Amino acid sequence: MPKITYIEHSGKTHTINVANGLSVMEGAVQNNVPGIDADCGGSMACATCHVYVKEEWFNKLPKKEDGEEDMLDMAFEPKKNSRLSCQLMVSDQLEGLVVNLPEKQV
Amino acid sequence: MIKTDALIIGAGPTGLFTAHQLKLIGLSCEIVDNLDKIGGQCIELYPDKPIYDIPAIPECTGEELTNNLINQLKPFNIKFHLNERVDEVKKNDEIWNVKTNKGTEFSTPNIIIAGGVGSFEPRKFSPKECEKFENKSIFYSIKDKTVFKGKIVSIFGGGDSALDWAIELSKDSKVNLIHRRDEFRGAQASVDKMNELVKNDKINLFTKYQLKSVKGKENLESIEIEHDNKEVKNLETDYVLGFFGLVMQLGPIANWGLNIDKKTISVDTEKFETNQKGIYAVGDICTYPGKLKLILSGFHEGALAARACFKLARPNEKYRFEFTTSSKSIKNRLGVKE
Repeated sequence: MPKITYIEHSGKTHTINVANGLSVMEGAVQNNVPGIDADCGGSMACATCHVYVKEEWFNKLPKKEDGEEDMLDMAFEPKKNSRLSCQLMVSDQLEGLVVNLPEKQV
Repeated sequence: MIKTDALIIGAGPTGLFTAHQLKLIGLSCEIVDNLDKIGGQCIELYPDKPIYDIPAIPECTGEELTNNLINQLKPFNIKFHLNERVDEVKKNDEIWNVKTNKGTEFSTPNIIIAGGVGSFEPRKFSPKECEKFENKSIFYSIKDKTVFKGKIVSIFGGGDSALDWAIELSKDSKVNLIHRRDEFRGAQASVDKMNELVKNDKINLFTKYQLKSVKGKENLESIEIEHDNKEVKNLETDYVLGFFGLVMQLGPIANWGLNIDKKTISVDTEKFETNQKGIYAVGDICTYPGKLKLILSGFHEGALAARACFKLARPNEKYRFEFTTSSKSIKNRLGVKE
């Protein structure tokens, strides 16, 4: 299982083995990582699983679909390296992925 | 003070079907929702997205599902209180006294919370000092557009609300439109119109900028916006409008003495009652072992909560289970002729 690291805004780090096929959002929610709300449950209909991805990883991830960028307009403090973690599917290629969580989701 | 057998909080699919179940067994009910329309998340978040797991409906959109549920409620005259949020819930003897933010008051033995993930509220600007100007110089919706006449208005956002207001207000105001990227998600016709107004110097467009800070003492005087590349611009402005869509917040529900864990309310699976007698939670907002956040689960939960309401609303009567196919009294309530 790929290791995914979630860094809370406070700097607190959670490194978790997340099964292939789950989303990065589900990896956080199922393991009680605070800071990812996922209000809509992963249907890309809200922007409360928002994460920042460092450049080296950001460019390796599958590109955003249009809908994701639209939802990110509504996120809390979106940046260039913002993603919705419900759209990031865990696979062996994501081994070692690090995501930073925003100060808050809403 | 409105007296009702049950008050439903939330007009999403679960709230609507719960109302149907209450009326079917002969109870009165009213529905409060903070949105300006019926349908909850289905209508606000995904009106056009197809849903494939509603029993006996192979495929329908959020909007179609909502319309069908409204149609199903047609035989009953149900009072909706839209644009209202329940703020206060207090027990007086065996009766709950409920008050909304608009001052509407209810008296009821039963409250059914079908609130999804909470109430929809506009997403606000992140700089803290914005709060001070809220509803004075900073707005998230517009009630009276005449106040902007002859003023400088800075509008943030990239959807239809931001575009429509930028176009509308550019007639009588000096408009700055600021968006975090250079693509707009609003309707193409509005984007074209906006671009034309930009060309004619009717709208000042700033893309890849976000709000950094606001300045002013009593009244707002100027704002700073920051580009992706960190360049900062100072804009003189009288008013700021933010259109970033809606977010869901649990809100006042958190203060009603309910067992809340991670934005959900614990209930039993017989009556879907919370730790407070006469307050039930159904749909996405409730939790119990094995809970599935599906619309169909909300329907089941609402049906059972409705039966539980009967006991408190009609303490001297016995609830008798009946089928809609055969019950005369149910058919009467539905207005069906034999």
